[in-house]
Amino acid sequence: MTVGPAVDAAVEARALTKHFGRILALDRLDLTVPGGSIFGLLGPNGAGKTTAIRILTGLARPSEGSASVGGVTVGLDRPELRRGIGYLDQDPRFYGWMKGRELLELVGRLHGLDGADLRSRVAEMLERTGLTAAAGRRIGGYSGGMRQRLGIAQALLNRPRVLFLDEPVSSLDPEGRRDLLELISSLRGNATVLISTHVLSDVERICDRVAILHRGRLVTEGSLEDLLAAHARPIYRLVPASGQEQRVAALVASLRAAPWTTDVSSTGDAVRVTVSDPVAAAGAILPLVVAGGLALDTFERARPTLEDVFLELVGPPKADELDGRGFVRPREVTDR
Amino acid sequence: MSGFLVLLRKELLEQWRTTRLPVVATVFLLVGLSSPLLARFTPEILKAVGGGQFSITLPTPTAADAYDQLAKNVGQFGALIAVLLAMGAVATEKERGTAALILTKPAGRGAFLVAKLVAIAATLGIATVIAAVGGWFYTLVLFQPLDVVGFAAATVLTWLSLVAFAAITLLGSTLTRSAVAAAGIGLVAFVVIGIVSVVPGVGPYLPTGLGAPARALALGLPGTDAVGPTLASVVLVAALVAVSWLAFRDQEL
Repeated sequence: MTVGPAVDAAVEARALTKHFGRILALDRLDLTVPGGSIFGLLGPNGAGKTTAIRILTGLARPSEGSASVGGVTVGLDRPELRRGIGYLDQDPRFYGWMKGRELLELVGRLHGLDGADLRSRVAEMLERTGLTAAAGRRIGGYSGGMRQRLGIAQALLNRPRVLFLDEPVSSLDPEGRRDLLELISSLRGNATVLISTHVLSDVERICDRVAILHRGRLVTEGSLEDLLAAHARPIYRLVPASGQEQRVAALVASLRAAPWTTDVSSTGDAVRVTVSDPVAAAGAILPLVVAGGLALDTFERARPTLEDVFLELVGPPKADELDGRGFVRPREVTDR
Repeated sequence: MSGFLVLLRKELLEQWRTTRLPVVATVFLLVGLSSPLLARFTPEILKAVGGGQFSITLPTPTAADAYDQLAKNVGQFGALIAVLLAMGAVATEKERGTAALILTKPAGRGAFLVAKLVAIAATLGIATVIAAVGGWFYTLVLFQPLDVVGFAAATVLTWLSLVAFAAITLLGSTLTRSAVAAAGIGLVAFVVIGIVSVVPGVGPYLPTGLGAPARALALGLPGTDAVGPTLASVVLVAALVAVSWLAFRDQEL
């Protein structure tokens, strides 16, 4: 699929802040999304991802700060902002009485398409999202996955320069998820994609750059490689031969006592050792294994993943972040 | 008014697909047909109900009675239906998230609102014409023919009053996220306008004030000004749309 040319900085946010009464949903977010990149916005529930996307697409107004998309300042009633963007809500809603094809035709006409161009574009998007057979059926009878695919089709119909996808794979089956990720990957270099998700493996698979939000604040931002280099701690993975539970437990205890480990976890069939000093660890782990008389099937230095970065930066909630019921407490304006 | 014609087309299709137009047209047709019948046979009905135990002397029904019955029924049923049509127009779309779908496309919020009001006005217009044709025909059959031009002009004024109630409710629907609350605003306005309409000097310029010039036009009666009340209602509708737009353009979706 061909798309329109991307711009240098497709999305720029400066000190973008949003509060709902006393609740601080987004706190001074500074973000630059390069044109043509696939940019992952990560964070646990309530991190501010959807709020940021709603402001950038003109559905919500920032309490403070400013932002632009494709060089156009964002605002509530700005049709010119929306000419160059596509948007998929995390829970896409449509008119149940309308047929799938009619919905896409409506969206195409709003983008100024008509005639043969409109028909071919609609047919192309129905084909790409696997909805051709269902195009003549009422949307009210669509499954959740079909609605999600229709949402993707309408978001891509105008060949947007900037595409905002809020949790786009949430209702898709594995095949649909794979197809969508391939579709997004195919846009690289031609359109800018800002994708919010908490499926870290998807981000690793398709994103060039990542920003992690936590409780409304930007925790870090950069290329995947830079983040892994800066934040992921070296990890060793040991798979003991079966039937050595007591020796494994003893080894785990020894590893936890070592000064160069930051985390040791045993998942039944494997021991995962996160270390702060990989040189010291490399020379010390195997002697501990031998000293404990443990037989190993596998010993390897594992490649750190985005999940490791995420857990390192966001981690489990701290005591002062929890409310009385054990849930993460939203930040308030007074917490700044 | 970016995207107005596209949105109007969608709104008109929605009026048909959701059966609002066929249902409203059917109700208005029944109202149109039954009103002259009711006027014509009310004396016989009362006589039959009384069973000869008491006698009520009523004047012989006329075409004017048929028109009055029609105007009263269309005015009351029509206002209620106008409220029902407009109550969820914006509030339900905001609540369901479909407004966000449309308004993340190059569509202006003014176009979004005006397309809705025009589509509702079209439904009310078609239904009012159907009621008028039915009423005029049965008046012809049961009484005497009424002047077609005057009756048509009266129908336009009746329709305009219904559009005003739809515009009031559309404002309510824009201000709230609840169709029920919007309906409440429309119904309260209906009651308040009904009460205020008895105030001399004010009543003729309210939507309900269109009834008198409409009656004069339909029955060929002299001496009632239609221009002032008509302009007042047109200005009211325009002002309601403007206020709706001012409120809607600053709303988060």
